[in-house]
Amino acid sequence: MASGMRIAAGALPLALIVALVGGALAGLLMQGASSAGSTALFDSYLFQVTRFTLWQAALSTLLSVLPALLVARALARHPNFPGRRFILQMFAVPLGLPAIVAAIGILSLYGRAGYLAPVAKALWDWQWPGAYGLSGILIAHVFFNLPMAARLFLAALETVPPHQWRLSAQLGMGSLASFRFVEWPVLRTALPGVAGLVFMLCVTSFTIVLTLGGGPGATTLEVAIYQALRFDFDPQRAVALTAVQLVLTAAALWLLTRFGVSLTGDANLPLSSRRVLFPTGPERGFNAIVIALAVLFVGSPMMTVVAAGLGANLARLAGEDAVHRATATSLGLAFAAASLSVTLSFGLVIARRALELRRGAGKPGLTERLFDNGAMMVLVIPPIVIGAGWFVLLRNFVDVFQIAPIMVVSVNAVMALPFAMRIIRPAYDAASQRHERLCASLGIGGFARLKLIDWPPMRRPALLAFAFAMALSLGDLGVIALFGSDQVQTLPYLLLQRMGSYRTADAAGLALFIGILCLGLMAIAGREKAGANVARE
Amino acid sequence: MLHANETMRPKGAALTLRELAFTYPGGTEMRFDLHVEPSDIVAVMGPSGSGKSTMLNLIAGFEQPSSGRILIDSRDVTRLPPHQRGVSMIFQENNLFAHLTVEQNVGLGRSPSLRLSAKDREDVATAIERVGLAGKGGRLPGSLSGGERQRAALARVLVQQNPVLLLDEPLASLGPALKDEMLDLIEELHRAQRMTILMVTHDPRDARRLAQSLVFIEKGHIVATGKTEELLREGAPEALSHYLGGRSVV
Repeated sequence: MASGMRIAAGALPLALIVALVGGALAGLLMQGASSAGSTALFDSYLFQVTRFTLWQAALSTLLSVLPALLVARALARHPNFPGRRFILQMFAVPLGLPAIVAAIGILSLYGRAGYLAPVAKALWDWQWPGAYGLSGILIAHVFFNLPMAARLFLAALETVPPHQWRLSAQLGMGSLASFRFVEWPVLRTALPGVAGLVFMLCVTSFTIVLTLGGGPGATTLEVAIYQALRFDFDPQRAVALTAVQLVLTAAALWLLTRFGVSLTGDANLPLSSRRVLFPTGPERGFNAIVIALAVLFVGSPMMTVVAAGLGANLARLAGEDAVHRATATSLGLAFAAASLSVTLSFGLVIARRALELRRGAGKPGLTERLFDNGAMMVLVIPPIVIGAGWFVLLRNFVDVFQIAPIMVVSVNAVMALPFAMRIIRPAYDAASQRHERLCASLGIGGFARLKLIDWPPMRRPALLAFAFAMALSLGDLGVIALFGSDQVQTLPYLLLQRMGSYRTADAAGLALFIGILCLGLMAIAGREKAGANVARE
Repeated sequence: MLHANETMRPKGAALTLRELAFTYPGGTEMRFDLHVEPSDIVAVMGPSGSGKSTMLNLIAGFEQPSSGRILIDSRDVTRLPPHQRGVSMIFQENNLFAHLTVEQNVGLGRSPSLRLSAKDREDVATAIERVGLAGKGGRLPGSLSGGERQRAALARVLVQQNPVLLLDEPLASLGPALKDEMLDLIEELHRAQRMTILMVTHDPRDARRLAQSLVFIEKGHIVATGKTEELLREGAPEALSHYLGGRSVV
């Protein structure tokens, strides 16, 4: 393939991203410019919402990251801990679990009508306070971020060279000395990045706050944007909220990139590591308790999703027309979004590599860096903000509820882009690295190269990225919350509606269904990934 | 300069590098002047980072010189894409596409889109047999040993029938016995096709064994050329004997 054509392949996705983000910003700016009374924009409500957004994010970060340090350390110091492999896999599940499903799990465990309430009542005669408000938001955020942070910290600990562990064993370092001289140095390096990532995810958290937050006392910027557009129809206020949200996420992202963090939050963990450590008895006990508590905390909402889901009238749900339609819509939109996402990823990845090859050993130019990080920049701009921008831009011209499918597909595709690229880029670059010279030397090019050389080794990564993007899109309740209507309903949207009308059992049944769909896709992806790793060796 | 092989037949091509200049970003300039007679076998030696592979990459067309010319049988190929230069190249590894069978990999040497005539298929089968891989044409490279993979790459060279063959340390990852077999095989291929061969190697024994001529490169310049035997005997240029550390100066 001519390198010009390959570079053009990346220009198209980039143009689409720019159009998507640019359109949204244009909508917001136009709305902002047309509003004269800008003094009213920054009122006490806005201040309150902003403060709560930062406060809950800070607390969530603290509560996720500190325990995660202990958990990661415990797992690192016990490479043969029973079920360690299973625990690590379980800690990866929240990454693929839709937020709304987790919310159902947390509500049915910690909620006022949850499994814990009668226990508390019986044991201590204590009126269980329920899970709405700040406490529920914190529990959910820790549920998502503690395992992720633990995996990232563990990945950092795995970078400690084996000779350091050997040395520490030989010198007879105890738990504290080893922590101080061996573990803390790497953890300290990883800490700002991991904490920053968790903070950013919590600042932009939408679904959790929407479902578990309550009233103006527990509302974040994203939810306030949604409420301003959907319920109060106050685009002015939505614009003000969005502006603040953009400033916050941009600042967080700026800090994050300074620490050089992977924004997709995945960790490459070897499943077994050979470390010879001799923890003492008390340390053993302490670590076992830490791990057990973490497993209990992360595992129990997953269990209650299943339990509550099975408690629903599944047969009736399965027969419902609305469920059928929502399933079809969800699958169709997710399929389209995943296809688009994978196609765009390939475009960007191919173009970036072509530019890299063309420049040889020089410094990457601006275009190449855009192909590389352009997709990541999308993460600064939360889906709700993009949705809000298009919402106010288009509401004067079209029925915004009619364009729901286009918005959902394009926004979800772009949102999944960083994740898809993380999967596709290394595989493509490695294949290109091996094949480029051979192809040049043998004169293999054009379609023949695509068919014979490029596609076969990319099939697995493409499928993996597709499954991942589809799961992500399937469980997403972002744009659809804004654009959804009776005509266009996805499964998460339907779930939200049932929750809103207090049909809790229905919601639980749907949550189980969505959870199975998403984790099923993730499992396919995981198997493909394992297969790809084996094939590479 | 370098001497021609006495029993020359028409398959090889003369290779000339004329003031070929190249600079890596931030590096110092390399400059190569060389003439190789048709069908000669030339060993290219020199310390790591001296520019041996760079010179081969320039000839193959994987790097573009800042100035100077590359002539193959007096045809200027300096600006041609790699596959139009009449040059085959074998690297230390990654000579095969891991997801294609040996047959397909060899067949790519004949047609880059794998559209093969009956005659092409026959040639491919013959080539595979000649390098000692009979019966392994349907295998994937992953199921072959390192030596077998290099043989498959040589089979592809056979069907390519290019007048120039560049070998960039093709034996570096092989054990002593396999290395001997491969050297035999290269010798045999050379007898059949008489292509001009440039081979990068670190081992003076490989050079003695195979190459009539030797080129010694240091810091991006060719500092010694001549008959292998003469250069490796007493009185080798200082840089070369320093490099060899007295090892093979017999």
